[in-house]
Amino acid sequence: MNAVFLDPRPLQDALRPAGVQAAHIGSLWNLTLGLCAVVFVLVLGACLVALWRAPRAGAGTEPDLSSLSRPERRTWRVIGWSTGLAAAGLLALLAADVWTSRALARLPLRDAVNIELVGHMWWWEARYRDADPSREFSTANELHIPVGRPVVVTLRSNDVIHSLWIPNLQGKKDLIPGRTATLRLRADRAGSYRGQCAEFCGLEHAMMALLVEAEPNDRYEAWAERQRQPAAEPVDAVARRGREVFLGKSCVMCHTISGTTANARFGPDLTHLAGRRTIASGMFPNNRGHLAGWIADPQSLKPGVNMPANNLPPDELQALLAYLETLK
Amino acid sequence: MTVPAPDQDRAQGTWLDRNGPGLPPGAAHTLEQTWSDPPGIIGWFSAINHKTISKRFMVTTFIFFLLGGLLAIAMRLQLAQPNGRLLSPDLYNQVFTMHGSTMMFLFAVPVMQAVATYLVPLMVGARSVAFPRMNAYAYWIFTFGGIMLYGAFFLDIGPDAGWFAYVPLSGPQYSPGKRVDFWAQMITFTELSALMEAIVLITTILKMRAPGMTLNRMPLFVWTMLVTSFMILFAMPAVMLASTALITDRLVGTHFYNPGEGGDALLWQHLFWFFGHPEVYLIFIPPLGFMSSIIATFSRRPVVGYPAMVLALIGTAFLAFGLWVHHMFATNLPELGKTFFTAASLMIAIPTAVQIFCWIATLWTGRLNLKTPLLFVLAFFVILLAGGLTGLMLASVSLDYQLHDTFFVVAHLHYVLLGGAVFPLFGAFYYWFPKFTGRMLSERLGRWNFWLFFIGFNVAFFPMHVLGLQGMTRRIYTYPEEMGWGNLNLLATVGALTIAVSVLLFIINVLHSRRHGELASSNPWGGGTLEWSVASPPPMGNFPLVPMVHGRYPLWQAPAEPLHVTGLSNEHREVLITSVADARLDHRMWLPSSSPWPFLSAVATTILFIGSIFTPWAVVWAAVPVAIATTVWFWPKRDVVRQRVRTELKP
Repeated sequence: MNAVFLDPRPLQDALRPAGVQAAHIGSLWNLTLGLCAVVFVLVLGACLVALWRAPRAGAGTEPDLSSLSRPERRTWRVIGWSTGLAAAGLLALLAADVWTSRALARLPLRDAVNIELVGHMWWWEARYRDADPSREFSTANELHIPVGRPVVVTLRSNDVIHSLWIPNLQGKKDLIPGRTATLRLRADRAGSYRGQCAEFCGLEHAMMALLVEAEPNDRYEAWAERQRQPAAEPVDAVARRGREVFLGKSCVMCHTISGTTANARFGPDLTHLAGRRTIASGMFPNNRGHLAGWIADPQSLKPGVNMPANNLPPDELQALLAYLETLK
Repeated sequence: MTVPAPDQDRAQGTWLDRNGPGLPPGAAHTLEQTWSDPPGIIGWFSAINHKTISKRFMVTTFIFFLLGGLLAIAMRLQLAQPNGRLLSPDLYNQVFTMHGSTMMFLFAVPVMQAVATYLVPLMVGARSVAFPRMNAYAYWIFTFGGIMLYGAFFLDIGPDAGWFAYVPLSGPQYSPGKRVDFWAQMITFTELSALMEAIVLITTILKMRAPGMTLNRMPLFVWTMLVTSFMILFAMPAVMLASTALITDRLVGTHFYNPGEGGDALLWQHLFWFFGHPEVYLIFIPPLGFMSSIIATFSRRPVVGYPAMVLALIGTAFLAFGLWVHHMFATNLPELGKTFFTAASLMIAIPTAVQIFCWIATLWTGRLNLKTPLLFVLAFFVILLAGGLTGLMLASVSLDYQLHDTFFVVAHLHYVLLGGAVFPLFGAFYYWFPKFTGRMLSERLGRWNFWLFFIGFNVAFFPMHVLGLQGMTRRIYTYPEEMGWGNLNLLATVGALTIAVSVLLFIINVLHSRRHGELASSNPWGGGTLEWSVASPPPMGNFPLVPMVHGRYPLWQAPAEPLHVTGLSNEHREVLITSVADARLDHRMWLPSSSPWPFLSAVATTILFIGSIFTPWAVVWAAVPVAIATTVWFWPKRDVVRQRVRTELKP
C-alpha cells in the first residue's frame, strides 16, 4: 500500500489550532493540563514523602492500634482541607468548561458557508447549499472553505454512525442515521487540514479521511464557481473514447459526472475529480498510477470497499484515465 | 499444613493460641468430611464448595485475561508501523472487539466476583457462601459463555462490531451473519452469571456474618463487594435489555434500533452506557477493597477514616449511575444537558480523592513493610491518579470533542482500568496467594514482575495520550506513514511486549510456587482480618469454630469473651444466619449437599442460549431440559428433611 505524498502535508493535530473553535478548546486544554499537572505532582509528592518518612516494619511488627481508641484530629484536618481544595479545583474546571462551551456556541454565523455532509461506508459526500438552488453543487472527500468565514456543516448519515473530526479546526460530531447534527467552524489560517472518521463504522473505518482546504475567500469563490460548472467537453480523441468507456461500463451505475448521462449517487461525484488531491477518501494521491490501480483493483488498496474491480483492456483503461484527468 | 514462620510468634500470640485448643481432632475431621465435595469425576462436576468454585473461577478468568492480552499483542504488532500488514481489516476488527469484550465481560468484572466468593466468607466468619449451588451454576454459565465466544472467534465468526456494538453497525443490515449474535448472547451468559454472583455475595454479606460483626466492623473489602454487588443489580439489567432488543432486532425483525421504522440508534447508546459507565466502577470498586486490606496490613495500622471510606464507596456507587452521557458528548444531545453530566463526572472525583487521601495518611502515619503486594498497590497512586486526571479532561464537553474516540481515550481507560484494577488485583494475588494455596509466591520474581509491569505499562500507554492529541483515532487497523505516528506506536508496542514478559514471569512464579514455594503460616503477612485466623489453605468448612467478632481487626485487637460460637453441627452443612445490621444470631440453616445438577442445568441453559442464536424456537424446545434439570436440582430429599426435623431443638 502506498501512502499519501501530498505537499503541503495536511495537518491533523488537535494541539495546533488553525481556527477559532479549535483555539478555544486549545486554551481549555492548556488550563486543564496545567491544573491537573499541579495536582498530580502534589499528590504523588505526598505519597513519596509518606514512603520516605515512614519507618520500616516486618510482618511481625506489632500493629499500631492507637487510632481505634482516640481520633486522629490532625490527620482529619489535613484530609478535610485537601478534599476542600480538590473540590475547589473541580469547580474551577467546571466553570472553565462552561465558559468554553459558551464561546463555542457563540461563533458569529453571518455570511456562513453551508455544507451538507453525508457519511457513507466509507467516504464523505458533500453538498454546498445555497439560497439559489442553481448555485448548489456536490463534491466528495475534499472540502474547500474560505478563511475567516464561518462554515456550518450539516451532518447526516444513511447507513451507520460516523463522526466528523478535523482536529485543527474543531472537535468532532457524530453523524447518526435518523438524526441531523451541525458542526460550526471557522478556519483562521489558510492551509490543508486532514480529518478522519472517528466513530468505528465497519471494515474500512481506518480509510475514511477527508481533506479540508482553507483558502482566501477569492480563491474559494473561484473554486466554487468551477465546481458549479458541468464537466468540460473532452477535446482530444483519447479522452472522448475514455468518456465512452465510462458511460458504457458499470461506472455509471454508481457515479455522477454532471453534463453527461451519468447521474447515479451511490458513489462519489466525479464531475471535478481531477481537481481533488486524493482518491479513496483521502487515502491515496490522485495521480495516474493510483487511479489506474484503483479502477482495476480497488480491493487491493482498500479491502472491502464497495467499488468493484474493473477488468478493462489496457487501451480502454488508458482512455478512461485520460478522460478522468480532464475533469478539472 | 501449617508451619508458623519465625516472625509469626508475636507477643500476644497467634489467633489459634488465643482461641483456645480448637476442635478436637476427631471433630475437625468430621467437619472436613461434611464440607468436602465428593471425589471422582462426577464429584468434580458436583463441586459446590465456595473455595473450589472460586479457584476454578479465578483460573478461568485469568485464562481469558491471557487470551485478551494475546489479542492486544496482535493489535500492537499490527500498529507498530504504518501500513501494517499482519492482520487484515476484517481480522483486526474481530481482534479489537474480542479484546474489549474479553477484558470487560470475561475478565475484569468476573475476576472480582471470583476473588470475592473466596474471600468474603472467610472475612466475615462464614463457613460458606449463601446459595452454594447457584454459585456453582453461575460459574459454569460464565465459563460456557466464554467458551462459546472463543469457539466462534476461532471459527472466524467472532464479533467484529466493537465491544460496544453500536447500532446500526451491529444491526441486521450492516452485520449480517451470526457474528454479532454470538457477542450479544455472550452478554446474556455473563450478565446472568454476574447477577447471580451479586445475589450470592449480597446474601452472604448481609445474612451470614459471624455474630458480632456489625456493619461498622465489616472489613472494607467486604464493603466494596456489597456496594459492587448492589451496583450490578441495577446496572446489568440495562445491558441485558439492550442486548436482548438487539437480538430480537436481528433474529425476529423487531425495530427497536431502526430509525427507518420509528426506532432510535441512540437508544442503544443510552442503555449500553447506563450499564457501561457503572461497569467501570464494578471493576474499580473491588480493588479499592484490595487497596484498603493491603495498605492496612503493610503499614501495620488500621486504615485512616473507616467511615469516610465507606461513605465514599456508597457515594461513588450512586454517582456512577449519573455519568453515562459523557460517553456520548459527540452526539447531538442538548448542550445544557451535557453540562450536567460534566458536573457529575467531575464530582465523582471527590469520593475517590477522599479515599486516596486516607490511604496516603495511613502510609504516612504507619510503619511500612515494603513487600510485593504493597508495591503493586503503590503503583495505583501513580497510574490511577494519572488516569483519573485524564478522566477529568474527558469529563469536559469541549475537551471531549477533541479527545473522544482517539488514542487519548485508549490511554485514559487503560490507565484507569490497569492502574485502578489490574495492579491492585496483582497485589491481591501476591497477598492472598498463601491463603489460597498454603505457599508463598517468590518475592524476587514478584519484584521483577512488578517493575517490568510498571515500566512496560507506562511505555505502552503514555505515548497513546500524545498520539490521540496528534489526531490518531481509535479502532483503525492501519495508518499512512505521513501521519507521523509510527515512532510512538513502535514505542507502545515495545511497552506491550514488556508487559507480556512481566505476565509470563507471574505465571512462572505461580506455577513454581504452588509446588515449591515457601510454606505459608496461617497469617504470613500479620494481617488483622478473619481470613488470616484459619489455616492456609483453609479447611473445607473454613472455620473449625465460628468466631465471635468484637472489633474491625479481630486478629490485632485484644481477644474478648466469648471467643467463638458453640453448638453448630459438625455432621451437617450448618451455618449461622445473623441479622442484617448488627449480626445478632438469628437462626441456623442447612446448606445443600454437593450436586451435579447445577452443572447439568448450566449445560441445558447453554443449549437454550446457543440454540436461540440460530432459531427463536430454541427458546421453546430447549426450555424443557432446563426445566427438568432445575427441577431435579431443587427436588427436596426425604432423609435430609427428616434429619433436619430431628435436630430441631424443642423448647
